[in-house]
Formats: sequence, structure tokens, C-alpha cells
Amino acid sequence: MFTRQFADGGADLELQGISKRFLGFTAIEELDLVVPAGSFFALLGPSGCGKTTTLRLVAGLEEPTSGRVLIGGKDITSTKAYQRPVNTVFQSYALFPHMSVLQNVEFGLRRRSVPDPLAKAREALRLVELEQLAERKPQQLSGGQQQRVALARAIVNRPALLLLDEPLGALDLKLRRQMQLELKSIQLDVGLTFLHVTHDQEEAMVMADTVAVMNKGRIEQMGAPNELYELPRTVFVANFLGQSNLFTGPVVSSTDTALTLDVQGFRITVPISRTQRQRGEITVGVRPEKLSLHTEAPDLGSDSNTLGEGRIVDVSFSGVSTQYLVNIPALGNLLVFAQNLGFGPVAGVGAEVWVSWQVGHGFGLADDPSPAARFAADDSTAAIAIAELEES
Amino acid sequence: MAFAAFTAADVVVRTPRKKSPVALLLLLPGVLYLVLFFLAPLVSLFFTALQVPHLDGDIGQYDYGFNWANYTDVIRMYLPHILRSFGYAIIATVIALLFSYPLAYLIGVKARSRPMLQGLMLVLVIAPFFISFLLRTLAWKQILADESLIITSLKALSLLAPDAHFTGTPAAVIFGLAYNFIPFMTLPLYTSLERLDLRYLEAGSDLYANPFTVFRKITVPLSMPGIIAGTLLTFIPAAGDYVNASKDFLGAPDTQMIGNVIETNFLVLQNYPAAAALSIILMAVILIIVGVYVKRLGTEDLL
Repeated sequence: MFTRQFADGGADLELQGISKRFLGFTAIEELDLVVPAGSFFALLGPSGCGKTTTLRLVAGLEEPTSGRVLIGGKDITSTKAYQRPVNTVFQSYALFPHMSVLQNVEFGLRRRSVPDPLAKAREALRLVELEQLAERKPQQLSGGQQQRVALARAIVNRPALLLLDEPLGALDLKLRRQMQLELKSIQLDVGLTFLHVTHDQEEAMVMADTVAVMNKGRIEQMGAPNELYELPRTVFVANFLGQSNLFTGPVVSSTDTALTLDVQGFRITVPISRTQRQRGEITVGVRPEKLSLHTEAPDLGSDSNTLGEGRIVDVSFSGVSTQYLVNIPALGNLLVFAQNLGFGPVAGVGAEVWVSWQVGHGFGLADDPSPAARFAADDSTAAIAIAELEES
Repeated sequence: MAFAAFTAADVVVRTPRKKSPVALLLLLPGVLYLVLFFLAPLVSLFFTALQVPHLDGDIGQYDYGFNWANYTDVIRMYLPHILRSFGYAIIATVIALLFSYPLAYLIGVKARSRPMLQGLMLVLVIAPFFISFLLRTLAWKQILADESLIITSLKALSLLAPDAHFTGTPAAVIFGLAYNFIPFMTLPLYTSLERLDLRYLEAGSDLYANPFTVFRKITVPLSMPGIIAGTLLTFIPAAGDYVNASKDFLGAPDTQMIGNVIETNFLVLQNYPAAAALSIILMAVILIIVGVYVKRLGTEDLL
């Protein structure tokens, strides 16, 4: 019955205890998720974490092994894809090559016998600024234009829920940035619920109100992008969403407000309110841009952590900031991002430096890194080369 | 300066005739073949069709002339055969298509994840080619003969009248045509469906199309190149076929197709002009039908 008409607005999506097992492996394990109506929700995770499978389950292209899918409070687990008030923007766009752009956009409207499909399709093409290309075939369009047609083809149906399966993956960086902003403004315009699947953490943070970080078929952490970034709860989130410097050591003293760790002889203090565990061996971290570099031993008092001395082993300049890799004996490598307030790097490779950060910027994690996971999210060649050097 | 002018002129002269002698040499065997075995017989056929009987000559003696009445004579005489040929060929093509499409879909789409099974099924489609189609058609004559197990069983079940025959009927001829050309239909369909991107079907069902609509609006249009190739490969030879309809195989005198008439006129009646005129009519009608068909489906870019 709701397939016959436009949704008035977005609808809640609720997944209850969803599991999906394929022959030989489990893609999703007991997943519970609520996406509130009208929100822009991002599922973020590495490839193979189950995020695309989750999307396909919602779209009805896969059936869950167990659990229920609810849209707007209605159980739609057993309905077929074509009966669901859901549309998808596919990663490959999947525009029908034998139809014109306009016919592609009209397709969903005609299937539901919506009155005046032509005008509505043209209106949707106007929204994505492709009205003048309506008569072209999809293969005559550029990647960015195809992506916009795919978007128009989905939103013209005013689905209660719009699913986006890494739709920006094939675009170049500049176009991707532009499309991210466009998508976001379209979402605000039409007020639909967007569920966006991506492996690009920056894209997720730029676009979504709420980000859920998925790993191995489970959601590790969920929240507003800045909350996730500033206070990651697990090692995986700390490394996948941005980068982190992590330290593991036993708690040696604690006050009402702060814990102090002993990490290979260095003292590191974190606020208790920002830790997941308070006893025994714990892992704490700090974001690279929160670190300051000093060329001589600083004396900063008790509201800062200071590590040093160390040596800069790598400097990479990226325009707005410079990335330093600092090796501190016994601790290993630390990543420091410094804004380029002056001209160029402040210290070169081989320079002797100290690193400090405010106690309030640290965070304590719920789990410990596996030995190799230290810079797992950093797949730059420099990091890999250093990791290999350390191993040999 | 002069040197530059020279080279420029040289280039201008050279670009229009890019044909290198090597390309012409490579084309030569093909062109020679076509001239010798296609163009020459075609011209000969055209003139044979206009021949007049030799005055007081024996049967089979003709002189060159411009006897256009040969055409009107054969049309008047053999119109039922001509119509029957195209009727049988169209029905057989439709049957072959209805049979082959699900088969090709099974092999090309459903069995995609099992390459072994896919290969095996393809071999089974091609396997009949290892036996001469004359033998296979003769075998069907035996299988469908009046005293065969199938026909006697059908009669025992009262599905067939006690005095009915199957061989020698139009149904038997159409069956034979469809049977013999099914591989020609299945293989192009398979190549088309094998390349079908299933993500389009998913997109269709995501856009509220039920499975039947997805098939009608997406699968069929995307496999149109295969449908066109398969139907042409079936229809064209079927229209000119003279084996299945022959009374020695599955046909009877009243199921004779244009191919049988041409055969009889050439080899038995030795009425060469009539046979040649019929051949040209067959060719022309096939060309017209195929032209209209391809034009109607608007798929120049697909062929």
C-alpha cells in the first residue's frame, strides 16, 4: 500500500537482531540499528565489514538469515525488493543502458503508476541540473553526470528511505567533494532518510549526522562524527576514523579526575571521564593534530603530557599541514600533524624533538591493540616501510 | 623551406589513398572467393531465371532470353508453397525462441557461478552437431512413425485419433525445423545473456518492477542482440530448408516448401528457369522480411 504513493517524509529504519551468513562465513552478526527519520546516517567500515550486505538487506536484495527489518514501524523482512518503499543509488549506478536519461528517471514512477511521471522526472533532473541531457543515453554522460542521474532516478520516487552504496567512489576527488555537498543539500531539501554506506571516513564525517563504524559484521561505535572522532571507544575506531597515537601500559596512580599510566617509563595522564576502563593494563590514545612538537625539552606542568626526546624520521608536507613521524626510543613511532602556520616544516628529518599534548585531549580505549595494529589505518608507504624496518 | 613544402605536398598526396598493397593483398582471397562463388552464380542464376525453352528441344534445353513471365508463372503455380515456407519458418523460429530463451538464460545467467555445469550444458547444446542432421532428422522420422512407441502410446491414451499420423503433417515439419535450428538460436542468446549485468535487474527490482516487468523491460531489451541474431540464424535457413519438409523425411507432398519445389524443378523436372526464379524470389522475400524486422527493432548499433 505504501508502494502506491509518495512517502510524506523519511521513515525510521530499524534493524533488529539481523544476522546474515553466507556459505562459510558470517557477514553480519546480530546487528541492531535504528536510523531515525530524516537523518543522514553513514555506515562506515573497511571492505568486507558487512556494510554493503546490510544495505542490500534493507533494499531487499538479500534475505537475512535471522532478524527483522522495519521501516516506519512496519515489518518488511519478508517483502520483496520491489515492494519496499526504498530506493538505492548503486555503486555502479546501474543506469539502464537501453533507455534515455529521462526514461531511466521515469522508470520507478511508471512502475507505480504515479500520475504525470514525465513532469516529475523532469523536475528531478532539474534538481540535479541535468535537464538539458534528458534525451541522452547514460553511456554518453560523464561519471559525475551518471551519478547525478542515478540519484535523480532514486529520489524522484520519494522513498521513505534512500540507500547510497558508495555512490561517490568512482569520482575524482574534486567532483566527489562537490557531490558530497550537493547530496547533503538535497537531503536537507527533500527531507528523506539517507542511509549511506562508505569506506571513506572523511566522506562519512562530512555528510552524515550520525556515523556507525562497522567492523567484522558488528557496529563498533555509533554517534555524531565529532563525538566519534574526539572520543573513540575502541582501537579499531581510533585507527579507522582518522589516525591515532596509542600507548598501552598499567595504571599506576589515579585521582578523582585522572589516571596515570606507566608506558615504558613514561608517565601519561588521561581524564577518567574519557576512559573506558580504569584498572590494570589499558590503552590510551591521542590524535596526531593534538600533539605539539618542541625542539627543546618543554616545561609544561601537570596539565600536559610530555614525551621525549625523540627523533624525526619522516616529514611529509601536504599543503595545509605537515606530517611528522617521530621515533621515541622504547615507545616507537608517533605521528604529529602540525598546521603550516609559517612557511614549510619547522624541523627536518633527524632533528631532536619533544612531543606534548594537553591531558584533556587523551582518550582511554576499551580494548588493546593487537601488535600489528598500531598504525593499521595508516597505509602510507612511509608507515609501511618503517613497520617493516622495525620487524627486521 | 623548399624541403618543408615538398614533404607537406607529399603528405597531402599520400593521406587520401591509405590503402597499402598489403591490405589489398590480404583482401584478395576473400574478394576472389566472393566473386567466384557468390557473385558469378548470382548473375548466372539471374539470367537462368529469364531463359526460354529451346524450340523443339528436349526437356531441360533452354536458350537465354528475357522471359519475365517465368516469375509470374512460378508465383501462380507455387504461391501456396511460398506462403507455406515462410509460415512454417516463422512458426518454427518462434518455437525455437520460446524453447531456447529459458535454456540460454539457465546456462548464461543461472549457471554463471558454476562454470563446469555451464560448460557441460553448452556442450550438450552443441553435441547434436556431431551427427549429420540428415541422420538426426531420419531418426526423428523413426521415433515419430505411426508404429513408434510415442505415437502408439499417445493413441492408447486417446490423445491422438486412432487413424492419425504425425509424420507427414505440417506439425512434424515445423517440429523438425525448430529442432534442427535450436542450437543456432541458443548460442547467440547465450552469448547475449552471459554478458547481461545482473546489477541492472537488481536496479529494476529496486525501482518497483516485479520480476515479470524486470524481464520485459530490462532483460529482453538487453538481450535483443542475441534475439535478433538467433532468430535470423534460424529463420533464414529454415525458410529455404528442403530436408525436413521432404516426403523422405518428416514431410509429405502437401507439406512441400519452396526449397523442395526448387529441388524438384532443378533435379527432376529440369525446369531450370522456374527453379532459378523461385530461388531469386526466396532470396528477395527473405531480404525484405529481414530488413523490415531489423529496422522495426531499431538495432543497427546492436548488430
